[in-house]
Amino acid sequence: MSVDEKTVRRIAHLARIAVTDAEVPHLQGELNAILDFVEQLGEVDVEGVEPMTSVTPMVMKKRADAVTDGGYPDKIVANAPMSEDDFFMVPKVVE
Amino acid sequence: MTDLTDLSLAEAREGLKARRFSATELTRAHLAAMEKAEALNAYVLATPDKALAMAAESDRRIAAGEAGPLEGIPLGVKDLFATEGVRTTACSAILDDFRPPYESTVTRQLWCDGAVMLGKLNNDEFAMGSSNETSAFGPVVNPWRRNGSDTKLVPGGSSGGSAAAVAARLCLGATATDTGGSIRQPAAFTGTVGIKPTYGRCSRWGIVAFASSLDQAGPIARTVRDSAILLSSMAGHDPKDTTSADLPVPDFEAAVTRGVKGLRIGIPKEYRLDGMPAEIEALWQKGAEWLKAAGAEIVEVSLPHTKYALPAYYIVAPAEASSNLARYDGVRYGLRVPGKDIVEMYEKTRAAGFGREVKRRIMIGTYVLSAGYYDAYYLRAQKVRTLIKRDFEQAYASGVDAILAPATPSSAFGLGEKADASPVEMYLNDVFTVTVNMAGLPGIAVPAGLDAQGLPLGLQLIGRPFDEETLFAAGQVIEDAAGRMALPEAWWA
Repeated sequence: MSVDEKTVRRIAHLARIAVTDAEVPHLQGELNAILDFVEQLGEVDVEGVEPMTSVTPMVMKKRADAVTDGGYPDKIVANAPMSEDDFFMVPKVVE
Repeated sequence: MTDLTDLSLAEAREGLKARRFSATELTRAHLAAMEKAEALNAYVLATPDKALAMAAESDRRIAAGEAGPLEGIPLGVKDLFATEGVRTTACSAILDDFRPPYESTVTRQLWCDGAVMLGKLNNDEFAMGSSNETSAFGPVVNPWRRNGSDTKLVPGGSSGGSAAAVAARLCLGATATDTGGSIRQPAAFTGTVGIKPTYGRCSRWGIVAFASSLDQAGPIARTVRDSAILLSSMAGHDPKDTTSADLPVPDFEAAVTRGVKGLRIGIPKEYRLDGMPAEIEALWQKGAEWLKAAGAEIVEVSLPHTKYALPAYYIVAPAEASSNLARYDGVRYGLRVPGKDIVEMYEKTRAAGFGREVKRRIMIGTYVLSAGYYDAYYLRAQKVRTLIKRDFEQAYASGVDAILAPATPSSAFGLGEKADASPVEMYLNDVFTVTVNMAGLPGIAVPAGLDAQGLPLGLQLIGRPFDEETLFAAGQVIEDAAGRMALPEAWWA
C-alpha cells in the first residue's frame, strides 16, 4: 500500500500537525519508504496467532478506589503556557 | 592519585568508603571535566549547584555512618527522566522549559541511595533515533575517533548523551532508556556497557513515554560490575507503574563473578545477515570462543522470525508513539503557538514543536491505527510480535540459558553520514537489538574489541525474562577476555 498527497494531508490533520504544501511531497516519499519496508510482514503466516497484548504475562494490579494524591492545582498549572485562577486557558471552543 | 574521573564506579565507591577523597572532591572533578567537554554536547543542562549540594549531603552521611549503596557517586540523567524542578525536555522543542513538579521513580531511587546528579544528558528527540542527531539541542559527538582522523562520529542513539558522557569520563554512570536498542547500540558505539533489563524490571513512571509496551530504563556504565550496581538501585516494583513487575530485585553485583561454567549459550543462525562486515562476524565468533573457554557450551539456535522484528517494530512503536505524543497540545505544558481556533492552535503548536523524525513517526502511527488499516498493519504486527516472542521461548525451552549476538551491524558512523538516506537505512541500526524489546527480554551490550579503524565494537547477550543475573555473569566473562576498553584520549578537553 502507498499513500497519495491527499492521504498525507488527511493523516497530518488526524495527527493535528500542520503541514505546508512544500512539505507534503517530501513526507509522502518518506512515509511510502517506511510502508514499503513494513510490507514484508505480509509474507508471515499469522493464521490462528493471537495478537500480543502484554509482553510479560502479568495480571494488572488494581489499587483501592481512593483519592491518594492531589490538592495542589497551582503545581498542576505551573507549566501551562496560559492559565488563570488555576484553570488552563484555551481559545474559545463553544460559540 | 589518578584523576578521579578515571575511576570506575566500583573503585570510586571504595575510595569514598576509605575516605581517600570526599564526595565533594569527586563531584568537583566531574563538573570540571564537563566544563571542558562542551564540544561533545553530551549534557543539555549541567546542574552544578544541585550536584555540590547533594555531594555535601553525601559527605555528611558518610561521616555519620549513614552512607547508602551509591553514596556520593556522580551520575548523569538522560533528559527523558522527569527531575523535580529541573528542566526536562526529552530534547524536544515542544516541551520548551518544562519543569516537572515530580521526580521519576528510577531517579528518585538513585538519589535515595545517595547518588549525586550532575545534569541532564542529550538524546534523540523523544528517544526517536539511532544517532542522537534528532535532538533539538543538536547532535552529540562520540568521544571515539577513527585512527588518525578527526572526523566527528555519532555516539549512537537514542541515549547518545549518556553513552558519550560515560565514555568521556563526564560521569561515573548514567541513566538511559531502550525502546528498540537505545541503550545497547550507543553503548556498543562508545565502548561502554549498557543493559536493557526485562520489561517491567524498572518503573516507567516519570519517564517521558515513547512506546509504552517497549520502553525500559537501564544504566550505561564503564564496566559490567558498574552496570550491575546501578541496575540494583534503579530496579524494583512501583505501584505507580501497573506494568512494573512485583518481584524481588536480586543482588545483581553478586552475579557478576558467577562465571558461565555449565551454561548453554545459543548462537542464533538468523542473525548472520547478508553483507555483514567480516569484523563483526569474527568478533561474534571470538565471543563464543571466550564463553566456551570459560566453561559454557555453545549451541546453535533458530529464531526464524528475526527478520520481521524490525518491520513489526516500525508499526507497533509509531502506533504507540502517536497515542503517547497526543498529549503535547500546547494546553497544559510546553510550547504554544496561537491559532484562530483550538484546532489550528494544536496543529501549529505541534508543527513548530516536533522535529522531522518525530512527525514522521507520529504520522505513520496515525496511519496504521486509522480506520480501514488497523487490521492490515497494527493487528498483523502484534501477531508477528507473538511469533517473535515464541521463537525465544522455544530456544529457552530447549535448554539455552542466554543468547549471544552482535550488538550492532557496524561501528560508529560519521555525523550527517546518513542524513540523505531513507529513514529505513537508519532504522537498520537496530536490527540486532529490536527483537529483544519486541519480546520484552533483557539484553546487555558489552565492549568486545576494536575494529580496524580503532573504533569499539560490542557483543550482545540476550537472557530469559527476569534473568539479568546470567547476563552480568556472561558479560563479565567477555569483559575479562576482551580486556577493559581503553578510554578514548581526551581530545575534546
